[in-house]
Amino acid sequence: MTFFLQLIVSGFSLGMVYALIAIGFVIILKCSKAFNIAQGHFVMIGGYLGFTFLVTFHLPVWASLLAAIAVAIVMGLLIERLTLRPLIGQPVLAVIMMTIALATVFEGLATLIWGGEYKAYHGVLPTITLRIGEISVPPEMLIGIMVSVVTVAILMLLFRYTKSGLAMRATAEDEQVVQSAGIRVTTVYALSWVIACVVGVISGIILGGVSGVMVGMSQVGLKAFAVVLLGGVNSIGGAIIAGITLGMLENIAAGYLDPLLPAGGGLANIFPFIVIIIVLVFRPHGLFGLVEIERI
Amino acid sequence: MALPSGTFNQSYAQDMAIFRTKTQWILLFAFLAFLFTCPLYSGDRILTILTIIGITVISVHGLNILTGYCNQISIGHAGFMAVGAYTSGMLTAHLGWSFWAALPCAALMAGLVGILFGLPSLKVKGFYLIMATIAAQFIIIWFILQFRNITGGGDGLAVPRPEIGDFVFKSKASYFYLVMIFACLATFAATNIVRTRAGRAFIAIRDNELAAEVMGVNLWAYKLLAFFIGCVFAGVAGALLVHYVAFATVDQFPFMNSVWYLGMLIVGGMGSTAGVIFGVVSLKLLDELVVIVGPMLAVVVSPQAAASLSLIMRGLIIIIFLIFEPRGLAHRWQMVKAYYRLWPFSH
Repeated sequence: MTFFLQLIVSGFSLGMVYALIAIGFVIILKCSKAFNIAQGHFVMIGGYLGFTFLVTFHLPVWASLLAAIAVAIVMGLLIERLTLRPLIGQPVLAVIMMTIALATVFEGLATLIWGGEYKAYHGVLPTITLRIGEISVPPEMLIGIMVSVVTVAILMLLFRYTKSGLAMRATAEDEQVVQSAGIRVTTVYALSWVIACVVGVISGIILGGVSGVMVGMSQVGLKAFAVVLLGGVNSIGGAIIAGITLGMLENIAAGYLDPLLPAGGGLANIFPFIVIIIVLVFRPHGLFGLVEIERI
Repeated sequence: MALPSGTFNQSYAQDMAIFRTKTQWILLFAFLAFLFTCPLYSGDRILTILTIIGITVISVHGLNILTGYCNQISIGHAGFMAVGAYTSGMLTAHLGWSFWAALPCAALMAGLVGILFGLPSLKVKGFYLIMATIAAQFIIIWFILQFRNITGGGDGLAVPRPEIGDFVFKSKASYFYLVMIFACLATFAATNIVRTRAGRAFIAIRDNELAAEVMGVNLWAYKLLAFFIGCVFAGVAGALLVHYVAFATVDQFPFMNSVWYLGMLIVGGMGSTAGVIFGVVSLKLLDELVVIVGPMLAVVVSPQAAASLSLIMRGLIIIIFLIFEPRGLAHRWQMVKAYYRLWPFSH
């Protein structure tokens, strides 16, 4: 029982980070209908930025976070202006291919700048230890959960109550109508990419504090896709619930089934994909997504 | 300007012909003659490159039918190649089948697995389908690693070279001929598949799925057919690849290859048989350029930096093509031809 509860708790905290990554993805999707395959690479860059500012430059945590966010903002603006704006009006595949190309470039850049090695900064982030009976919450994760909750809350408020949030939701609905209403669509797109970058970088720093960074960390983006699909592509709340569910399920599956499998299992890596296939076959719009109705 | 000036189609047969003028026939035979005499005047290195290009052309033809014509985007093509590769590899290595019996099984198996992972395409499209095919890639590779006692798992699987009677395709030149015959057949098949009823259905689905369905195209059957055909090509290519290397490992079918195949389609031009060849040849030659320039760069910067620079360059090429030439090299080639045919009266 303790083993089970331990799996649940660590799954929950992992799931919260998945949710945060997935939200970055959902935001771009909500505004510009673009599927950002490179979201996992933002996370990886975030992890390396955290390493640079915290370990190489010895900045305090708050300053590192601000610096990383500043870099993320510049990155988001550049990406939108240089690569995605020329593609407005192009088919979906072009945009997806562009983000894949961006992912390749980021991978190359990360290897170029940071050498592509495994970097760890354990114990640099503040930790809170919490034990409930036999179960311990991973200390770095607790701070991660808090940051995630705050970020998610800010984003939800932004979407619901601010004017730019309204503009972003409207752009998702219909680009042309929004333009005729006098809203600058390009600004909205830029904003959404900036938010996605910032969210990705923050989750990268959290994940980096827990398990270190390496180039392969961008694979976590693939898990975020499973989260997004399970939750429904245009639902932030769905992303949170799905993130937590998937984190728990993945931990339980890996904990109980891996010992039974030959070749050491590795079920945690493949689990998100099995979820993706099942969701796509049986409930393509996810748990909380909107069912799209098509017209000719 | 599909035809040279002064040439007019006067019958239905002429209208349907792929090679319309004598010049085109002469060029075709000149090219084939050049291709099949390559081993006479090129070294082993060049033959290896050409063989790999041939195998990739077969695979990307399949992807082109699936993605370029039917608009079912797949980023799991290397995974489907792995299915064909391992089917053929296991049949020949464990059961002692001949390559010629194993190859159709490999193609069929890859096609069936393709249908299995194409099932979500009945309900979803665009990004969702991409996710399903990415999932296919990872799940297939995971399964291969799990069943290690028959697939060899991470250690790989030794595969015999194909043979006819006593003749074994052992030398580079003989395997080059084998691959090129298959590549020519694949090109011929791919060109003609899209001219059949099924091909027109694929194009209808690509252009507007809903309209196609209303017109009576059976989406269910044709989408799965597209997956089947696309993956059969992949299966053949995968089988040819492992029998060439005489060894099968999962490292031959990485996720990045799947992405890169799609990149080749974009560079070459989607929905065009010529585009496939343009894309594969240009990007593979670029790879070779990286292999040649890499060591020179490595003298200036560290080898690691050289490797990452090549990665960045690959990404940038796709970005540049998406922005400046979204219809690919095949379209540019058409423009050049039209310009040449109309010159000096360009209007």
